[in-house]
Amino acid sequence: MRTVKNVYLDYAATTPVDPEVFEAMSPYFTETFGNPSSIYSFSSRSRAAIEKARGQAAAALNALPEEIFFTGSGTEADNWALKGAVKKLRSRGGHIITAKIEHHAILHTCEYLEKNEGVKVTYLPVDGEGRIRMEDLEAAMTDETILVSVMFANNEIGTIQPVKAIGELCRERGVLFHTDAVQAAALLDIDVRELSIDMMSISAHKMYGPKGVGALYLRKGVKLENFVHGGGQERGRRAGTENIAGIAGMGFAMEQMKARLPREKPRLCALRDRLIDGILKAVPRAKLNGAAKDERLPNNTNFSFIGIEGETLLLDLDAKGIYASSGSACTSGSLDPSHVLMAIGLTHEQAHGSLRMSMGRHTTDEHVDYVLETLPDIVAKRREMSPIWEA
Amino acid sequence: MAYSEKVMDHFSNPRNVGEIENPDGLGEAGNAKCGDIMKIYLKVRDNVIEDVKFKTFGCASAIASSSIATEMIKGKTVDEAWALTNTAVAEALDGLPPVKMHCSVLAEEAIHKAINDYRVKHGMNAAPVREFDHDHAV
Repeated sequence: MRTVKNVYLDYAATTPVDPEVFEAMSPYFTETFGNPSSIYSFSSRSRAAIEKARGQAAAALNALPEEIFFTGSGTEADNWALKGAVKKLRSRGGHIITAKIEHHAILHTCEYLEKNEGVKVTYLPVDGEGRIRMEDLEAAMTDETILVSVMFANNEIGTIQPVKAIGELCRERGVLFHTDAVQAAALLDIDVRELSIDMMSISAHKMYGPKGVGALYLRKGVKLENFVHGGGQERGRRAGTENIAGIAGMGFAMEQMKARLPREKPRLCALRDRLIDGILKAVPRAKLNGAAKDERLPNNTNFSFIGIEGETLLLDLDAKGIYASSGSACTSGSLDPSHVLMAIGLTHEQAHGSLRMSMGRHTTDEHVDYVLETLPDIVAKRREMSPIWEA
Repeated sequence: MAYSEKVMDHFSNPRNVGEIENPDGLGEAGNAKCGDIMKIYLKVRDNVIEDVKFKTFGCASAIASSSIATEMIKGKTVDEAWALTNTAVAEALDGLPPVKMHCSVLAEEAIHKAINDYRVKHGMNAAPVREFDHDHAV
């Protein structure tokens, strides 16, 4: 048997830092360490690094440099967008619309706002593939609605939302539109102007940049209350001494990503489709979760294998050197399976038996072959000992 | 999730997997909602558990708990098997993470239900079983 070990298929969780990105970051730890807020000329090099990164990030999204604000994570950007908008617009209205399949960075922030700010939140349902319906969004809008936050693409099932239609509707109604693009920004061409996006959260570590740095795109003219208070960094909008190395890494990573995308996207789509077709063919009663090919992130696959529990699959795969993730309760650290899988109408058995394999820059055809050789046997073996599996 | 070597051993090479045709006792515990279902099959002769098999849907600790519990009751009298507690199952596995303790509880419950099934089938009275709320962590 071929010995392919260390088949990392969890790029949706995090990506390795690109060696060139790492290289671009390295001067800012020991050499060019000056505080960008200082006056002397040495510190201007730190300032220049940040402004260069801001330009790189803006160019990748068709934004203006002054519309990019660096944060400590995608989660912080989500928190800032939602809490900052509510604080600013509370007098105009107290209603937010979001979706049931959002990341916890959005959902838990919404719950916080419901509890502490008396905001009303509508959690839009999704169809069987995880997409919100435009008619539901339209029907949910009231005079009180101040903000719509719908993710660009889902982290678990990869479904891409009708972002352009959402953006246009919000613009027409004068409602702010925020999108969590933490997954999508690494894999899709995003033009914030064309899509009528007002605010967008992104994260560096999903696109071969470092952990601990993210950004909020904030369209010029959109007013937002500050979230982190302190010094005058980020033009007085986000306090805290800048993570220069992290920011430099993020900007460079986005530039790299953008340049690679025309080749990388079709390559990933081909790998994804081969994996999906192969699994559906080789594993009896395997179910693909999420949308069909064109409306799915290029790197995402998500299956349910009825009769087996997800953690069991992950550990069996781990023993074969394959690293993946699951939406089962046992892997979420709670006793409830993934809210995303439940929202698309899966049964508990299907949600517990889910497996996400997300691909990336180092995924090869050989890796896909190896999974297709390995996974069907694991599923068959575990189903044999399952009391709820009937072949 | 850090599992002991014992858990990983019983998870990777589970003992006594399968079914027994016309079992003397059959017990099932758990539900699909919580993600764990355990079925225990008993063959009893002269009040001794001559053979025991299991089928489990669940995570690694549920499979390991089933496997080691069947080993612990095989060859024991019915009363001895009844005395097996979830704590003893967890200890035999060199411990389970706190959030996974309910898996050992499932083994105790399934064995008790199988023994009760055997007792009722043989004209004896069923004893009360500790029923657990599987939708919430123990």
